[in-house]
Amino acid sequence: MTEWRYWLNEQRGTLMGLAIFVIMFAVYIVNHPAGLTANVAQTAANKGVLLAFVAMAQAMVVITAGIDLSVGMIFVLTNCLASWIVVGTPMQTTFGVFGVLLAGALCGAINGLLVIKGRLQPIVATIATGAIYFGIALLLRPFPGGAVNEDLGDAMTGQFFGIIPSSLIVLLGAVLLVWLPFSRSETGRAAYAAGSAEAAAFMSGVPIRRAKLAAYILAGLLAGMGGLFLTFFTYTGEAAYASGSGYTLWSIAAVVLGGVSLYGGRGSAIGAIFGAFAARTTGDMLFVFDVDPLWQPLLQGIVLLIAISIGAVGLLRVRNRLDWFL
Amino acid sequence: MAAPQKQSDGPLFRMKDIGKRYGGVRALESASLVVEAGRIHAILGENGAGKSTLIKIMAGVIAPDDGEMLLQDQVVSFRSPAQAAAAGVACVFQELSLIPDLSVADNILISNPPRRFGLIDRRAQRRLAEEALARAGADDIHPRALVRDLPLSRRQLVEIAKALAWKPRILILDEATSALTAGDVTKVFAVLKRLRAEGLAILYISHRMHEIAELADECTVFRNGRNVASYAAGTRSNSEVVEMMIGREVSSAFPSKPAARNSVPPVLECKNLSWTDRLRDISLDVRPGEIVGLGGLDGQGQRELLLALFGVLRGTSGTISIDGVPRTIASPGVARAGTIGMALIPEDRKTEGLMLPMTVRENLSLAALDRLSSRGVVDRKRESASIDEMVRLLAIKTAGPDIPVGALSGGNQQKVVIAKWLTRRPRILLLNDPTRGIDVGTKQEIYQLLRRLADGGAAILFYSTDYDELIGCCDRVIVLYDGRIVKELTGSEITERALIASGLNVQAEPEVAA
Repeated sequence: MTEWRYWLNEQRGTLMGLAIFVIMFAVYIVNHPAGLTANVAQTAANKGVLLAFVAMAQAMVVITAGIDLSVGMIFVLTNCLASWIVVGTPMQTTFGVFGVLLAGALCGAINGLLVIKGRLQPIVATIATGAIYFGIALLLRPFPGGAVNEDLGDAMTGQFFGIIPSSLIVLLGAVLLVWLPFSRSETGRAAYAAGSAEAAAFMSGVPIRRAKLAAYILAGLLAGMGGLFLTFFTYTGEAAYASGSGYTLWSIAAVVLGGVSLYGGRGSAIGAIFGAFAARTTGDMLFVFDVDPLWQPLLQGIVLLIAISIGAVGLLRVRNRLDWFL
Repeated sequence: MAAPQKQSDGPLFRMKDIGKRYGGVRALESASLVVEAGRIHAILGENGAGKSTLIKIMAGVIAPDDGEMLLQDQVVSFRSPAQAAAAGVACVFQELSLIPDLSVADNILISNPPRRFGLIDRRAQRRLAEEALARAGADDIHPRALVRDLPLSRRQLVEIAKALAWKPRILILDEATSALTAGDVTKVFAVLKRLRAEGLAILYISHRMHEIAELADECTVFRNGRNVASYAAGTRSNSEVVEMMIGREVSSAFPSKPAARNSVPPVLECKNLSWTDRLRDISLDVRPGEIVGLGGLDGQGQRELLLALFGVLRGTSGTISIDGVPRTIASPGVARAGTIGMALIPEDRKTEGLMLPMTVRENLSLAALDRLSSRGVVDRKRESASIDEMVRLLAIKTAGPDIPVGALSGGNQQKVVIAKWLTRRPRILLLNDPTRGIDVGTKQEIYQLLRRLADGGAAILFYSTDYDELIGCCDRVIVLYDGRIVKELTGSEITERALIASGLNVQAEPEVAA
């Protein structure tokens, strides 16, 4: 019984993210004219998964008490790259996919090296690299266009056994192959330690630099997966600045919704996924309530604010004001 | 237990002519130390005498500028704490090295977790953590608990367990008992004695003389970066040791107490103060000119009582009266305001007392900025005058008011915390264990200061874990147990025996004349 309580305490942030998502999605589905059909789920999943990848990427870095303002631009850059190279025969396509993921990881590695070796503040370093990544994207695709292997694209954004959205399966794969091994490795623990108390982690001989670098690289990789998915979804590449910065900002909202502390050391990428789904649902909700498009950004902001407030409700129970700052 | 391993006749560990400079400051100068297996070796010295630098070098946190270290007659150099620990030198630091957001088990095995298929083997880790906790006498701590949820004294035990998980040959404890409750200290001492019997070499750094008297086999005194004397434990008197540490003779340790002033009405009074299950029906009063001590074991509600008076806690019941008038103190901002004039010197100077990266000037004037400004703009001249006064009054050793406060020694940092609040000239001063981890010289300056403030009309409520301090400093001592006042001792009733007995909530046996 007490074991259970300790587990609950460890997973509080992630469970809060799950709860917020479930509440919002339930409101959405109940008011949706078609209800929860396979097609509704597929559309929701495809839109949610894009932000989920970028939010997972953000969570990686935020756990180390950093922040990556270039994730959205890596997402755009890899989208543009994919619209060039993920085409042709299955063999060529496979190489293309690996090329795109490698490019994402490389962008992450550059961010990581600047922050760790260059000792730059993550916030400014990634604003700069984000601009560079967007610049490269623009050179790759001055105008929207390109193509993607449509068989692969359709398989990835379709349905598995006619029910389960296949994009969710891929996301689950990313969790199982990237997040779980990372979070249970020494490097992953070091990432948490560096985010929670960097000096204490150093004193304990924890490999802080390796952990941070790994976090940035994996962030780039995950943002690259997102970019790849965007290409599967749209069949084109587009260097859209608004889309890149939008994804960056929403990824931050998503990790907070998912219970990842911006001070580092707490939360999980799984929480960030729920946060991303919840954040996406804020937009979809307005759709089912048939809100005038003119009002949508304003109302979406209010819904987001309410959702974040639910996550912060725990602070109301705090009886020692000093705990606010912990 | 296996007999201690000895591969050679020489000592287990030896440091020769170690030197270390920080900029222009010499922290260590040809310091030497010999550590034998199966012995507890106490290191004494004022803060800033070089003890911390010495053990940081031993533990691989910093590299020495010159000199050499020999482990079993082999020259060694450690480039990181992990390397030192792998070689068998593990350290329990005074500045806690735990990660608050990780579990106890994660923390204990953070440096070398057991692995399976490249990932951390959580089951094996759990088992090893439980073993280490048991060895440290802390098997009541759940390995899955998050460190952030543990009180300070429990964290310190986790820290010891963490060092033991390395299975070290030399264990260094730097002020490791300063945060422990009396019960935990007893446990830790039993653990240390057992480890000594197992053949471990233990280096023990503490400011508490009676702990050293109980534990140590030999002692080395440091002063100004050099080892000035080594002697077998028990061959020097306390006053001789203190003299060696500070290099001059100490006048009377505590300032004399004035006669009780029962006629003056209390400035601070609380009735039936309660908060959750941590404070129950606390009623007390403090008069101007009085130093009232809060005693008892650590964690019996003393800290919460001070926070409640200072307006930090929400949902308290009962009344707090200032000058006989009931007041609602809703926040520290209200508590410090003119008509109440309260100040709280917090326990943890690094997080609650100081902005470490900010300068001495900024820290000193922070709590009194409203008084030093006119129309919202800080009057630099008045600020400088007030800062100069405080630096002089408390004899703060700083290279200037514009260096970061984090660069000062621990004792001087604590002086800044106190000075920061004194700039407001508080009428009611609450102190939460202000001398923890501070050297003898600074402690005495603080005692003198408190008495001077009291003589000047301040009412002081003072929590301390050090019985000598309560006995020497306080006019009255209120002893808490489980959030309740169990005893009030006045004047000559304040004895170590009475404090310990009431702290444990047992009846003291009548004092027998020797």
